Order: sequence, then C-alpha cells, then structure tokens
Amino acid sequence: MLGLTRKDTTILLIVTVLALGAPFLLNPFPISSPLAQFNAGYPDLMQRFVIFGIFAIGFNILFGLTGYLSFGHAAFLGVGSYAGVWMFKLLGMNVIPAILASMIVAGLFSVLIGYISLRRSGIYFSILTLAFAQMSFSLAYSVLTPITGGETGLQLSLNDPRILGQSVTPDGNIPVPSLFGLEMGENTRLVISNWVFTFNVGYYFCAVILILAFYLSIRIFRSPFGLMLRAIKTNQTRLNYTGLNPKPYTLAAFVISGMYAGLAGGLMVAMDPLAGAERMFWTASGEVVLMAILGGAGTLIGPILGAGFIKYMENIVSKINETILHNWFAFLPDGLEDIVVSMVYPFIGKGWHLTLGILFMLVVIFLPGGLVEGGQRIGRIFRRKKKKETGDGSGATTVNPAE
Amino acid sequence: MGILEVKGVGKRFGGLQALGDVNLSVAERSVHAIIGPNGAGKSTLLNCLVGKLIPDTGSVLFDGQSVLGRSPHEINQMGISRVFQTPEIFGDLTVMENMMIPCFAKRDGAFEMNAIASVLSQRDIAAKAEEMLVEMNMADKRDMHASAMSRGDKRRLEIGMCLAQEPRLLLLDEPTAGMARADTNNTIDLLKQIQDERHITIAIIEHDMHVVFSLAERITVLAQGTPLVEDTPDNIKGHPKVREAYLGESTAAA
Repeated sequence: MLGLTRKDTTILLIVTVLALGAPFLLNPFPISSPLAQFNAGYPDLMQRFVIFGIFAIGFNILFGLTGYLSFGHAAFLGVGSYAGVWMFKLLGMNVIPAILASMIVAGLFSVLIGYISLRRSGIYFSILTLAFAQMSFSLAYSVLTPITGGETGLQLSLNDPRILGQSVTPDGNIPVPSLFGLEMGENTRLVISNWVFTFNVGYYFCAVILILAFYLSIRIFRSPFGLMLRAIKTNQTRLNYTGLNPKPYTLAAFVISGMYAGLAGGLMVAMDPLAGAERMFWTASGEVVLMAILGGAGTLIGPILGAGFIKYMENIVSKINETILHNWFAFLPDGLEDIVVSMVYPFIGKGWHLTLGILFMLVVIFLPGGLVEGGQRIGRIFRRKKKKETGDGSGATTVNPAE
Repeated sequence: MGILEVKGVGKRFGGLQALGDVNLSVAERSVHAIIGPNGAGKSTLLNCLVGKLIPDTGSVLFDGQSVLGRSPHEINQMGISRVFQTPEIFGDLTVMENMMIPCFAKRDGAFEMNAIASVLSQRDIAAKAEEMLVEMNMADKRDMHASAMSRGDKRRLEIGMCLAQEPRLLLLDEPTAGMARADTNNTIDLLKQIQDERHITIAIIEHDMHVVFSLAERITVLAQGTPLVEDTPDNIKGHPKVREAYLGESTAAA
C-alpha cells in the first residue's frame, strides 16, 4: 500500500491508530479511580507527545541513518518557533503559513550550520553542533532581543499588524491560532459514564501531520537515498572509493532533519503562540537524543515510542507527590510505611530525572536497540513458546513473521 | 604509453623518505604486480594513485590526465577502483544492498547523484546488482549481513562491487593477505577470470609470490621507496637484486 511493503504498512497503521485513538488509549482509568492520575489523555500532553514525536522522527533521519550525532537540534526547533510566531504577528493567525515559514527558516538555518559542522565527523561534529546551538541560545537571549523577545520570549500583542487577519478580535482580545477559522484550542468532550474523553482540534491537526511525517520518513528509510545514508554510517571509505561524495548526502539528511525540527517548533507555537529561548537550550537537544536512543535509533517507530515514553514520565511521574505515596503504601505498618516512602521519594516528583536516568542506563546496557529491541525480544519468546506447543520441532530459527 | 604513468613520484613522512623517485608504466589490459619487502613503499605508492595521499614530487597520469589534487571519489569516477588490504565493504548492510550501491553510483556508464532518478530506476538497479551477484557466485548470500561473511567472501564481494562500476584500472592491495590457501586459490581464479572476460587493467600489490607468479605479466620490485627492477616474472625469479632485497644476501657473496 502507498508504495510500502507489508511490514512497513503495518507499522504505519499502528502509528495511525495510536495517533488517532490517543484520546481513548491514554485515558484508560475512570476519573473517580485513584489511578486517574496516570491518565495522559488531556490535549496539552497529547500535543506534546505528537510534536516531540515529529522532532524525534526527524532527528532519527540524521542520527539513525547516517550516525552523525547532532547535539544542537533544539536550535532548529527554537528557530522554527520564532519564525512561526513572527508569521502570526505579521501575516495572520492561520497556522499553515506559520508552519511553512517555520520549516523554511529552520531549513535555511540548518543549511548554514550543517555546511560548517559536517566538515568534521564523530565527536567533533557533535561539539560543533552543540556550540552552534548554545550560540543561538545566547544570541536569542541577549543581542537578538528585538527579534526574539529575549528573556520574556516572543509573544503576540494587540499592536501586531497581521495584514491578512485582524489585529484585535471584536471583543478586544488577541486572536488565537486557527486553521481557516477552526480554532486550535477548541475541545469536544465525550462523557461515557465515568470516563471523560477530550477531542482537541489542535491535537488532531498535529496527529495528522505526525502521520504524514512518519510516512515520509518510511519512504526516506526505504529509498536509495536512505540506502546511501546507511552506507555512510557503515563505511565512508568505501563510499568514497565508489565514486560518491558523502557530503551532499549528509548535508541533505541534516537539512531534512532540521526541517522536521522546524515543523515541530511551528506546531508548538500553533498550539500555544509563545516562543522562548529556553527551547534552544542544550538540555532540549539532549532530550531528543535520549528519545531516539531510548526508543531505538535507526528504527522507524523507535523515536516515537521514546518521545512518548519520556514525555509521559516528565508529566506523570513528576506529578506524584509524598501524599500520594503515603496513600499507596498505607497498607503497610506505620514505621515501615515511612521507610518505604522515604526510599521511593527520591525517584518521583522532581526526582523523575533520576528514574529516567536509571531507565536510560538499563536500556543502553541491556537493550542496545532500545524499546523496539525489547518488544522484538518479547515477541521472539512468545513465538518460541507457540512453536513448542504446536510441536513444530524443525528448529528453524530464522522465520520472519512478516512474510 | 601505458594507461597509468607514474613519473618521478616521491613522498616523505617527516624524516622518512617513503618513496624516492618512482617511475612506473602500466600497459593497458595487462596485469602488473608491484612487490617488495615490508616498508618498501608499496602501499604509499597505491595511496598516491587513488588520492588518499598527495606525493611531494612527480606526476601521476591516468589515461593522459593527472590525478594529483583530485579527491578519492573524483579519481574513482575517472575509472580507477581500489580493493583494500582489509576488505572495505558496508558491513551493516546486506550483500545485495552492498552491491546496489555501486550500481546506483554509476548508472548507464556515468556517475549520478539524482535522488528522483534513483527511485525511478530502482528496479533496474536491483536487477543489475542481482546479475553481478550471480556472476560473482554469491547470489545465495544476497540477504546475509556482509560483516557475517568469511574473509574470502568479503574480498569477493569487494571485487564485485568494484567491477560493477566497470573500471578501467583495478588496484588490488594484497588481495590474499590473511587468507587460507583455498580462499587464496579462489581469488586467483577469480582475478584470472576477470582478466579473461573483461580485459581490464589490473595493478596488484602482493606479498604472496605464488599469487604474483600465477597472475602477473610484468613485475616491478620496490625496495626502500625506489624501483629496483621491472621485468617479466621469469626474469624476476632469479634476479640477483631481488634476492638481495628480499633475503638480505649481498650480491658480492652470492
């Protein structure tokens, strides 16, 4: 289907179902249950899942295929955000031009940074990209304040021209981002007994773009261009002695992934028209590296899983506080309860980074292929059991279920 | 005039004169071997031919055009392919994917980097790569990871990848180094077959005299960065200067 193999079509369908069904899938617990705090089906968080998913997919095109580890990808996200807000300020509140501008500006910016950084490879490339990103962050924070809003960030105001739209709504407010009149912040609630499902226009807009972006990344992975990128990762010497110059390929991959980051930045401001310099800080760049590795770098679906996993942890684990812990362990005798709570406490709330760090270490040590490899291993165990039960003792170990 | 003309090439690494004054002419459609003891400058010479190193003095002409100052991929596009001492293949890719890359790189006799044309010609490229694998007798290994193969098979694949580009000159850097006898003999047969069927020029650096004497039509002996003699294999065998360079026998004592 759509020029994909059966296996790739299945992966695309899984992502489509996950993205479109997220308001249900992420809301498994009724609001009255104590587990409701683990629900992640509210628009704000779901939008973040999807936007960071797009960011990680783009990062994976560079890192997963060519092996070039960029440590400054958040710079493109930040530049994209600024470009989006400027479009809102100058042109109007339609999200389409804003997102296009985000991608184009981030693309141009990545041509510049990529052209310089790709002169080196390995750790020097990483350091160069990190240096550029930190430079962009500092500039946005200080000298470029007229363009970026400096410390307060770039915000919309009532005095913006918005030549294709209105500067002020009839009731005197700043207009909100919309898709041809359909406001991004609009919600529809569906109440089924104890469950409340929220459908948000902005979320579905992001989800559709995620599916398109994911489809494009599958096509890139499977194309001759993707083959060349994988060849670069394996052996640049041989590629050179095959009469090919690797540089245009790496630069193209860098720009494509920069544009994905710009797209993510544009979507961020389409959901919430505010851009700040902290989006370009190196921790944001590091986060996308974690997402790709945790999910499985070089795999198709890995970065999306990684992005979802980290954003879930950030928002849900960090919300657990001491009172909730006491409730959980209330069944223990008093003294023991305090001890257990004090032992678990460092890993929750503000300590969620500690949990993330430990999980990251475990994944890198025991599952170098990330969550995707974990899934494959579990799948293999089940298949082996099935084979034993059916008494198929042919001993074939290389059966590929997709064929 | 030969297809490859090396004139007065010298290369110095700090205090070490790796190549003195090398003159070499490789005739078109011949098999030319370059032999010499360790440290004689064989690999340095080869690196100068493919653009990995730039010689300090002298000139290197391929088919009348200078190769100096060009980058490795440009020299490759002129028609020089190189096989490395340790097989340089795309280890993480399958054998088929390995073979497809040179086929993508050179389509219809020209080097191209057009992404859209690549997508459109994908089927033809796959067919050509498959054909090449059959010719190299590796079709049954097409879905194997290249890094999982034996050294002999890796070498075979590397040679196949070079041939897929239809080069005019094939440079081989110790193609049988570290190989078992059977693999060595297979490689010799393969190279003979290539020479018979494709009539391309082959320049080979080799340690193993068995390989050299079963393939080469002319042999150049290098010692301490300068060519000692150049002659046919029969004349080289008993040459006193060669015995001196290899065995350390002084000519006077012999």
